[in-house]
Amino acid sequence: MAGINASQNRENPFKQNWFVTAIWLLVICYVVYSFNAMGLSWERFNDGLGHASNLLGRMVPPNFSRWSLLMSGLIESLEIAVISSICGIFISLFLGLFAARNMMPSWISTPVRTLIALCRTFHPVIIAILFVKSVGFGALAGILTLVVASVGFIAKLFAEAIEEISLKQVEAIRATGAGFTSIILFSVMPQVFSRFIGFSTYQLDSNLRNSTMVGIVGAGGLGGTLFSAFQRFDYDFVAAILIIIIALIMFGEFLSNIVRRIFR
Amino acid sequence: MNTIDHHWQRFTLKQKLSRYAVYLVLVIAFVQSIQSVEVIPEFLLDAPEQMADMFSRMWPIDFAYYPDTVHDAMVETLNIATLGTLITLIFAIPLALMNASNIVNSVWCHWISRFFLVSSRSVNSLVWALLFVSIFGPGVIAGVLAIAFRSIGFVGKLLGEAIEEVNMGSIEALKATGASWMSILLKGYWPQVLPAFFSIVLFRWDINVRESAVLGLVGAGGIGVVLDDSMNLFQWDRVAMSLLAIFIIVILAEIVVVNIRKRLI
Repeated sequence: MAGINASQNRENPFKQNWFVTAIWLLVICYVVYSFNAMGLSWERFNDGLGHASNLLGRMVPPNFSRWSLLMSGLIESLEIAVISSICGIFISLFLGLFAARNMMPSWISTPVRTLIALCRTFHPVIIAILFVKSVGFGALAGILTLVVASVGFIAKLFAEAIEEISLKQVEAIRATGAGFTSIILFSVMPQVFSRFIGFSTYQLDSNLRNSTMVGIVGAGGLGGTLFSAFQRFDYDFVAAILIIIIALIMFGEFLSNIVRRIFR
Repeated sequence: MNTIDHHWQRFTLKQKLSRYAVYLVLVIAFVQSIQSVEVIPEFLLDAPEQMADMFSRMWPIDFAYYPDTVHDAMVETLNIATLGTLITLIFAIPLALMNASNIVNSVWCHWISRFFLVSSRSVNSLVWALLFVSIFGPGVIAGVLAIAFRSIGFVGKLLGEAIEEVNMGSIEALKATGASWMSILLKGYWPQVLPAFFSIVLFRWDINVRESAVLGLVGAGGIGVVLDDSMNLFQWDRVAMSLLAIFIIVILAEIVVVNIRKRLI
């Protein structure tokens, strides 16, 4: 019979991992602590649920009667998104190239990388506040904000894409006696172009989302209309604006899918 | 055979034309936007002067302001980000399971989950915060829920994709033993998505720290409230203090996330 139940002391494959259990316990302790520290309570939550049904009830027939106000905000948002994406992509083309460590000496790439990292640290809304102070209320502040946000995102990814290219083609082009511009145009760009289009369409999408938000701090676009509708408790108008924003973003995703398919 | 005369071209005519069409549309959109957008040129010319003025008012940073107000607000911000990320999981995990085609094989379930995931991502966190402020009143609870609802789309989508990439061999082995639905999930899927799960959650937490810093501008608690107050009073030295605190916390969060990810993966 020894052959049948040979291994009496085999290891349980599903044994308890005490390290993981300790982490889950810590998470539970943290939740309890933070609920106490922030004064969250069930009554407050329950109380809010009553308001929620009231709010949703007031939102329900969305009010599209102020159509012209809605459209002017929407068009301004679109303009902010288009201008800032194109300017941001154009600037990042150069900054990304300068930040790539295999293309440039370190005394150029290090400061450029620091600049890109700085653009990425702050949330767009904070950058928008600073620009509203320096260039005044309106679309210009929104454009400058989103240019900074785009540079922080695309230039970083673009620099990383350039650092991953194969250097064989660069050498081959250099061996023909090509100048610096030709090396960039004919050996580096063909290798990274499709990824660059991918990052750019993603950023166009995200600029479209953010252009509807920077208005909350006064930087132009549909966000300002939304914020004032909230402050005047026009919840049916709020619902209309939200529907328009979601439709705009879905349309943007549809367009960027088409562009990605063309450049595949 | 005219192979020698044949001129090599990288793209077909159709590819070329569609690419040029995209460039053309972009240029037209750009020119049209530049012409119709309302930009006041004087404001742009004035910008460097205004910028210098702002930084000169910020300069002696009011460090004395930190212990009074900024510290507590900063802790609150971190709590909003962390608790929001944890609450997201309650909604995101079921939606991710519904969205993964190797777990739920029904088109209706996919459409329902995708609807929730997309609408969570389309609405910006500040807009979620505005909604929750008008429901629960100004305060932390609106901030936590705004962060939670905003993150559902991100976490649910990425987690669903991670579940779909699972190696089905061990799942089939578990099914052959007659394991129940729950134990297949816990012992078959969970160990395989574990690294992806932690890296997604940590990545989202990092984003949430940045986002929770601005929620206070619409009254949803955290450092944003302090920032908004000092800005409304034109106390730029205090604004600079809050910005510095946000900067340091964001950098610290990124360092923590990078280190934990290196350990885990």
